[in-house]
Parts: sequence; C-alpha cells; structure tokens
Amino acid sequence: MAFCDRHLLGIEKLDPAAILEILNCADDYVDLNRQTKKNSTILSGLTQINMFFENSTRTQASFELAGKRLGADVMNMAMQASSIKKGETLIDTALTLNAMNPDLIVVRHPQSGSVKLLAEKVNCSVINAGDGLHEHPTQALLDALTIRRAKGRIQRLSIAICGDIAHSRVARSNLILLSKLGNRVRLIGPRTLMPPGISEFGVEVFEDMRSGLNDVDVVMMLRLQKERMDGSFVPSAREYYHRWGLDNKKLASAKKDVIVMHPGPMNRGVEIDGTLADDINHSVIQDQVEVGVAVRMAVMDLLSRNVSKQIANKDAP
Amino acid sequence: MKLLLKNAYLIDPVQDHVKLGYLSIQDGKISDIVYDNANINHKLFDNVIDCAGKYLAPGIVDVGVKICEPGERHKESFRTASLAAAAGGVTTMVTRPDTIPAIDTPEKLEFVINRANTVSPVNIYPMAALTCGRVGLEMTELGFLHDAGAVGFTDCDQVITNNKIMSRCLTYAASLDLLVQGHPQDSTLTMGASATSGKFSSLKGLPAVNPIAEKMGVERDLALVELTGVKYHFDQLSTALALEPLRRAKSNGLDVTAGVSIHHLTLNEMDIGDYRTFFKIKPPLRSESDRVAMVEAIADGTIDIISSMHTPQDEESKRLPYEEAASGAVGLETILSASLQLFHNGSISLPQLFRALSLNPAKRFNLPGGTLELESQADLVLFDPDAPFVLNRFALNSKSKNTPYDETLMQGKVIKTFVNGHEVFGDSLGE
Repeated sequence: MAFCDRHLLGIEKLDPAAILEILNCADDYVDLNRQTKKNSTILSGLTQINMFFENSTRTQASFELAGKRLGADVMNMAMQASSIKKGETLIDTALTLNAMNPDLIVVRHPQSGSVKLLAEKVNCSVINAGDGLHEHPTQALLDALTIRRAKGRIQRLSIAICGDIAHSRVARSNLILLSKLGNRVRLIGPRTLMPPGISEFGVEVFEDMRSGLNDVDVVMMLRLQKERMDGSFVPSAREYYHRWGLDNKKLASAKKDVIVMHPGPMNRGVEIDGTLADDINHSVIQDQVEVGVAVRMAVMDLLSRNVSKQIANKDAP
Repeated sequence: MKLLLKNAYLIDPVQDHVKLGYLSIQDGKISDIVYDNANINHKLFDNVIDCAGKYLAPGIVDVGVKICEPGERHKESFRTASLAAAAGGVTTMVTRPDTIPAIDTPEKLEFVINRANTVSPVNIYPMAALTCGRVGLEMTELGFLHDAGAVGFTDCDQVITNNKIMSRCLTYAASLDLLVQGHPQDSTLTMGASATSGKFSSLKGLPAVNPIAEKMGVERDLALVELTGVKYHFDQLSTALALEPLRRAKSNGLDVTAGVSIHHLTLNEMDIGDYRTFFKIKPPLRSESDRVAMVEAIADGTIDIISSMHTPQDEESKRLPYEEAASGAVGLETILSASLQLFHNGSISLPQLFRALSLNPAKRFNLPGGTLELESQADLVLFDPDAPFVLNRFALNSKSKNTPYDETLMQGKVIKTFVNGHEVFGDSLGE
C-alpha cells in the first residue's frame, strides 16, 4: 500500500502513488453512495470525533455522513462554544479527548499548524479538515477525483485556480497535489491576493482573467474570504466581480470542454456568475460535493487499515 | 590576592590578535599581560591556573537580556539568569525594561538594581523604558532614571509610532547625552506577523511580514536621529535591506550603532520547519541570504554588537499553535558556542567575534570590561573553542528552556568565567 500514514495532515507529505490510491478507493465509494443502501460496517465499533474550531456546514456534514456510512460512531463537538473559551489550550483539549479513546479525530482550526500540533498528542488518527491558511487535504483530493471523473485523467491538464489565493488553504493543497500529479497550474487573481514568494512556486501567475484562462481544461474558483481579511485587499465586490468574477465571456477563452469548480460556499455575483454556476455543461460544483463524501470515506477507511496494521506489527513477535 | 592565568591564547579585540601568553589579575583588575610563558615566578601569585592552551577572552557583554523580574519570576529570576550568564561566559548583562510592570520609574529601577546586587555573581546594568508603560505616549523621567543607574533607554519591541512623541523623546535624551535603543520595524506592517514573507511562510500558511518593514523602521529612526543628534542603537537588525541605510548613516557621521541576535546569525526561516515554536522570535527568522548578509555585516563592522536577546518563555506559552505561541528564545548560555560556528566556518576571526560580543557593547554602553587592556576590570571567559557537545535544553541554568539549539551538535565550551577577578563559573580543564 502506498498510503501508509497514521494521519492525513496535508498533501505536502503524500507521494503521487498514495494520492492515487486514495482516489481509486474513493471511486468505489462513489458507487456505494449512489445505491439505496449505503451503509458499510468497515468502521463499526470505531469512534470518530469531529472537532470544528471554525464554522463549517458542508465539510462537517460531509465528514459526519462519511463516518456514519462506514458504521462509525460519530460525535460532533461544537468547539467554539466549549472549553477553549474557558482558557483551555489546544493540547489539553486534545489530551482530554484522547483519554476517551477515539479512533479518528477530524479537526478544523483557524491556525496553521495547529492540527499537526494536536496530532502529536493523541494516539488515534487525525484528519486535517483545514488548518488556518495552511492545508485542506480532503478538499484537494475530492477536487482531484472530480477532475479525474470529468476528464478521464488527472495529469497533463492545464488548470487555473482563480481569486483569493492568499487566504486559501484549498488553493495551497490543490496547487501541491495537482503539481505532484504532473499538471500545469496557473494562478489568476489580483496582486493583493497572491501570497508572497509565489514566483518561486513553479506556477504561472496571471492578473488578467482572459489571458489566464486561455486554453485551460479546468477552472477552479475560490471564495473571496472576507472573514480572513484585515483591510483593503480589493476596492469593492463589484469591481472584483468585473475584473475577476467568472462569467461566460471570460470563460470563452478556455477550452470548449472546460469544467468549472468551486469549493463552496459560493458568493454568486462576486466571484462567479450565478447562471454559470448552475450550467450543467461546465459546472461540476455539485459533483464536488458528492465526491467529497466518498473521498472522506476512502481516507477514513485507509487510515483505519493503516492503524490496525501498525498495531498488528507491534504485536507481532 | 593575585591570580595568574598562564598558558592561554589571549584574544585581544583591540590589538586584533590571538597570542599565547599569560595574564594576571590583582584586586579585580588585569595587572599584567605577557606573551611568553617562560620565566614565570610562581611565588608572586596566590593562585595559578594553567589554561592548557585554551582561549582567554574578555567576558561577553550581552545587551538586551530579559530577566522576568518583576512580574514573571516563574520564567526567569535574577539568580537563574546570572547563573546562566556565568555558565555562558557572559560577564555583564544589560537588561531590558519590558517586564511587568515596565521599568519606567526610578523606584522600579531601584528594585532591579537591588535584586541585581544581592543575588547576581555577574554584572548587571539595567536599561529603562523610554515612555511610560512602553506605550509611546509620555516620556519617562529620563534624567532621574539616568541618575538612578539606567545605562540606556528603550521601549524594546514596542515601536513609538507617533513621530512627534518620538522626536521629543530623542531630543530630550540628546540634551542629557543619553543612549536610546530602538527596535527598527514599521509596526503597521509587522502587526500580526509571525514569519517572514516568502515561499516558506506562504506554503506554511503563516501570517508574514516583508523585510521592507525593517528598512522603513531604520529609515524613520535615522531621520529622527539626524534631526535630534541623539546617540542611537538599533537593538537588532536582521535583513540585508536594512544595512544600506545604516551604512549611509554611519558614513555621514551619525552616532548610530546596531546589533544583531545570535539567532539571526545562525538560523534561518527554514529551521521553523513544521511549526516549531522554539524558533519563533521577534523579528522572525529570515531567509538564508539575509542571514549571510548579517554575518558579513558583523565581519565588516557595519553591525557592531552580537547579543543573545535572551527572552525566557515557559513551556505553556510555547506549547501552542505557532501564531499563538509567545516569541523569544533563551540565549545567555548558548551565545558563545553558537557564535563560534561563525569562527569555525571561517566567517570571522576570534578577535572580530569578541569585538562584537564584548568590546563594542561595553564601549557603546559605557561599561567597564570588554577588553584585555591593563587596569581594565578582570571580566574574562576561558573557553575551549573546539570541544564538541550536544545541547540538552534541560541542562540549562535558565528557568525557561526555550532554546532553538536543543539537541543541536555544537562546538565550543566555556571552561571558566571570571567577574571582577573572581571565578563565577568553573568547569574542569579536562586533563
């Protein structure tokens, strides 16, 4: 097996074979999820805790559903209202939960590196569901699988990631994953929303949407993350939409069979035209959500296999 | 009481040489230096130490040490800091006023001086705050504080952003011929940042600041120094960009000097790795090219002083996500071993090193010691530059163990430290 880690903390540490293994496994779960009876017993008896220190609807629901369909006991903890507010540190929270013997913890946290810190303190598997501006690995995996299912391959594609790159962990994870699998990645967006040092990333950077979208196979739009901004990045939503919002005119310079993606939640009329988002000829936004559950099932399945293998190895004479 | 230290390589930063010889101490002062070990009349001395060909240098004068008294004695006390200093070859600490509360009145300064005199085997000279509470609004009683023993004035890492207040403080300080130490950063740019902007911080998703913030801080301060004529010292520079205005100011004859922390000379941003919070310091670790530029600036004298920027932080304030974790690293005990890296890799000579560690800070803050001249205060460090060891942070004397060099292979060990002619730290010579 290529994917043999205990945790999934980021794409950076995965090699291409491990990524493909997760995608292949997820493909099977897409089929399972389309059946009427979707339940499996792979994780039955295991406990999964979802700890979301940041608001989330879709990701948390996706992880919850994934765990339940695999038969795990799933607990959601509303961390924003919890002991963190009473002054407990992240490590103490981790130790407390660890003492309850969970098998899988899914964590989202507003600070980069925090999920890794937590993973160092617990005995079970940890899945990063987004840490600050760092990584969001399951999103990148589900995006990759969505592309592969739509395009038939996940290599030698020209892929544009557009918009608020600076504040996006989705962009970072995608950039790393897509480059690892041998795709050409372009970043398009206003200079104020490009992360520093971007010229050293080995990607093409564009400020103009039309030239950036020229002949691309895939367009990934990102949400303008107003909640992470601390002042003057773009003048206004309408000027942003005019210059970087995706509409049919701008999309016309892409390949004819281009697909349009968005990790959600969307700001219609800010980064993407509402009609285009619903256009079944291009938009795969709903497929991303569907595939998302399957990818998370695959990750949990593989992680639990890795852990039981490690235990077996330890017990062996 | 007459002490003889014989058979040592004497490092003289003034004469710029390293020569085998002996040095004698009488009444706390250096009484004799002879570059010859023959014909010593041992009967003239009460005590003779054979240094066995190890190196003897003026003790380190460490500018900008934070001792967490008053306020956070659980992180570091005068006693533990002094023990750490002695073990590290630091014979004089110039302390920072960024305690809780800040040292901004003569009464608080008196507390510091009393504590220092009662429990410390090494010399301690305090700096005081430039503005009350270090909040940049009202000037402290600079005159009274100076009379009470403050050797410099600084708000530490709190930048006075109001130029009118800053220029008045500098003008008043200049009228009393006081030394002011500044932290050259544009604080609107540095706000919230915990790394240096670039590929590394972007990949790690850490809020970052561009090095231009330091250059802007330097340029602003230099404009006001030119206006007021004050004696000014930059606590630490860390980027290549900031060196050009400093060189220009020095060649124009402004009375400015600059320091650099040992961490910015020996580590770069890549050392942060997977969010290791012991590497979170202020200003943040920089790129490798900046680090190299700092080493060159020490070698060519653009930067005058190397300091440890000793900043104790307890485990709790470091066991947090990177952004939330406290900044700072302890350095008193590692400053010499870490500095010797620069000697071993051929970047600087030993006299150059001790100019930056001992001579220049003593001169700039007008303190005794820092030199091997006759009749100067016998503050000395005897060390073996080659002895290898692996640093174990739990073996440090500091109460706080937040060193970035934990488990690092280092080269160069302090054997003995003398303050005022008295041995305040002693290891066996290994024979």
